[in-house]
Amino acid sequence: MGELRLMKGNEAIAEAAILAGVDAYFGYPITPQSEVLEYLTLQRPEERTGMVVLQAESEIAAINMVYGAAGTGKKVMTSSSSPGISLKQEGISYIAGAELPCLIVNVVRGGPGLGTIQPSQADYFQSTKGGGHGDYRLIVLAPASVQEMADFVDKGLELAFKYRNPALILSDGLIGQMMEKVEFPEQKERVTSFDQSWVTTGKTKERERNIITSLNLDPEKQYQHNLKLQEKYRRMKEDIMYETFDCDDAEFLLVAYGSSARICQKAVDEARSSGKKLGLLRPITLFPFPEEVIAKFARQVKGILSVELNAGQMVEDVKLAVNGRIPVYHYGTPGGKIFTPDDILKAIDEKLMGGY
Amino acid sequence: MAKMRGAIVVDTERCKGCEVCLVNCPSDTIGMSKEVNGKGYHYAFMKDPESCTGCANCAIVCPDGVITVYRVKA
Amino acid sequence: MDIKEIIKPENLVHKRTPLMTDANLSYCPGCGHGTVHHLIMEVVEELDIQQDTIGIAPVGCSVLAYDFMDIDMTQAAHGRAPAVATGIKRLWPEKYVFTYQGDGDLAAIGTAETIHACNRGENIAIFFINNGIYGMTGGQMAPTTLEGMKSSTTPYGRDYKTMGHPIKITELVAQLPGTSFVTRQAVHKPGNVRKTKKAIRKAFEVQKEKMGVAFIEIVSNCNSGWKMTPNDSNKWMEENMFPFYPLGDIKVEGKIVKDLMKDLV
Repeated sequence: MGELRLMKGNEAIAEAAILAGVDAYFGYPITPQSEVLEYLTLQRPEERTGMVVLQAESEIAAINMVYGAAGTGKKVMTSSSSPGISLKQEGISYIAGAELPCLIVNVVRGGPGLGTIQPSQADYFQSTKGGGHGDYRLIVLAPASVQEMADFVDKGLELAFKYRNPALILSDGLIGQMMEKVEFPEQKERVTSFDQSWVTTGKTKERERNIITSLNLDPEKQYQHNLKLQEKYRRMKEDIMYETFDCDDAEFLLVAYGSSARICQKAVDEARSSGKKLGLLRPITLFPFPEEVIAKFARQVKGILSVELNAGQMVEDVKLAVNGRIPVYHYGTPGGKIFTPDDILKAIDEKLMGGY
Repeated sequence: MAKMRGAIVVDTERCKGCEVCLVNCPSDTIGMSKEVNGKGYHYAFMKDPESCTGCANCAIVCPDGVITVYRVKA
Repeated sequence: MDIKEIIKPENLVHKRTPLMTDANLSYCPGCGHGTVHHLIMEVVEELDIQQDTIGIAPVGCSVLAYDFMDIDMTQAAHGRAPAVATGIKRLWPEKYVFTYQGDGDLAAIGTAETIHACNRGENIAIFFINNGIYGMTGGQMAPTTLEGMKSSTTPYGRDYKTMGHPIKITELVAQLPGTSFVTRQAVHKPGNVRKTKKAIRKAFEVQKEKMGVAFIEIVSNCNSGWKMTPNDSNKWMEENMFPFYPLGDIKVEGKIVKDLMKDLV
């Protein structure tokens, strides 16, 4: 493996992008993710790998630069934070509709509106349910450490190209800003020659012209296109990722992702030390969502608490997976306020174990 | 200078009968058909073939690219 | 001389370029869009750059431009074509990249993308069709709709006091250091078509020299939107559009060649 470094999550994403052989990054500054663009420009990636880094005039322009470049078969990415990601939604819908691979990073901050610059998980719905107009989904990866911020760049792009679909790293201000040790892989070659039959790089005599579009005015064709997309989203289930902690004998379960899962881990440790049989399930892919795993736990545990830095979003997917079999509760703090392990323990006592 | 003789061939099914060619024809060669094509348009035709000089003005202003032009020295 | 003796392959002087597909153009009869489509494809054919050319279609009447031009194309969200073109050109600097946009797309919803692509000096061509109206959606006011001009959302004529002034975006971008060649042309008459074709050719050629954006405005008609016959609309365009949007080169090889203040005020 490569070198070990102490870095911010945002910087780790940027370094990982260079090392993963990403061809281009198009971005726009917004707190708390500006370090991605800052780190990239400081690194002279055009000299290190030939990677293109461009500060666009807006998030809207940045995502449309991604759309254009992704249509030529290159590995491209952008990053932003909540209000900026909202601006990108039209472009993301086009990218999903045109079935292009790309990587989007959302270092989430509290909302709604301009909100706050504190960490939040309030963009769960936007990320996992599509976000823009139309029936589409993104592949959503939720890192819980600086190491995963780095690892998920390559992983996200791998999945994006596997399914020809945008992938999103759903991080937040906590993971983006905190410093941890991170181990990087070797430099991957930036692959500039490839054989991809669908890309717009100029029509040669040997093939028909290639068109990148999300427009299909014929309702039957649009319907068939949508069916194809839905089939693709179902296939993504084979790439579900999750982690469990102390679940073997658990009688109660916490479900949490990203930074919440880290805080929950501490809460589980403390609950265990006082004899409570508590476990933690941490979904890593939020789409595809590990619903079958949760359904299985619904036969094992007496209740589930979905712990999120929001007013209750993932809890809806947990409830769908549980399908009424056991009680499912939510605990969370919306608006950028971070809960402590003690807050979670209190919620466990009051909500989850209240009736037992 | 030798006199030029020309001729045009109109893709009558593609013609939308806009008449832009007609007003741009310097030799008043073009007319619009009484009949209509499959889309219901009166299409352009050479009403006075003798007058055509093959200048191609009609063809280059045609938005639908339906006119092919030939020219010889008479 | 018999017509049959004239109509022979060796006497051919003009035919439809094979780089236009067989699809029937979706434009109204007499619309200048078709003429410009043919010209761009003729230039791509003559320069023999089909294998290196990528076009960006906008939202608007020409949203289906990719059905008609036999080249690789990307359809962009409304107004975003210059950003899409930037993404492609930055990764493929040796390719020829152009956008094809209408006035609503380029000068209203996409103003930021237009200005900044021009200001960065992207080595792309922007073909801008200005017919002073939103054609596809049914003839609403555009940023370039003339003062007093009627549209479906200015049924009593555009009043600048409440609806703003028509924008001369071409004069604006000419002032940016990132544009190399800026011109305004038309395609309603043979002489204009020839000049426009020259401009389009130049717009491709300057990309090789990496001198920045080539910006070609084509003042065109919208006979359906203006509610006139095609020929009447072309006449109306000469009488009303050209005085406000005067034809001719504005910037050549990075130098402004026109008294902009005279046109702007």
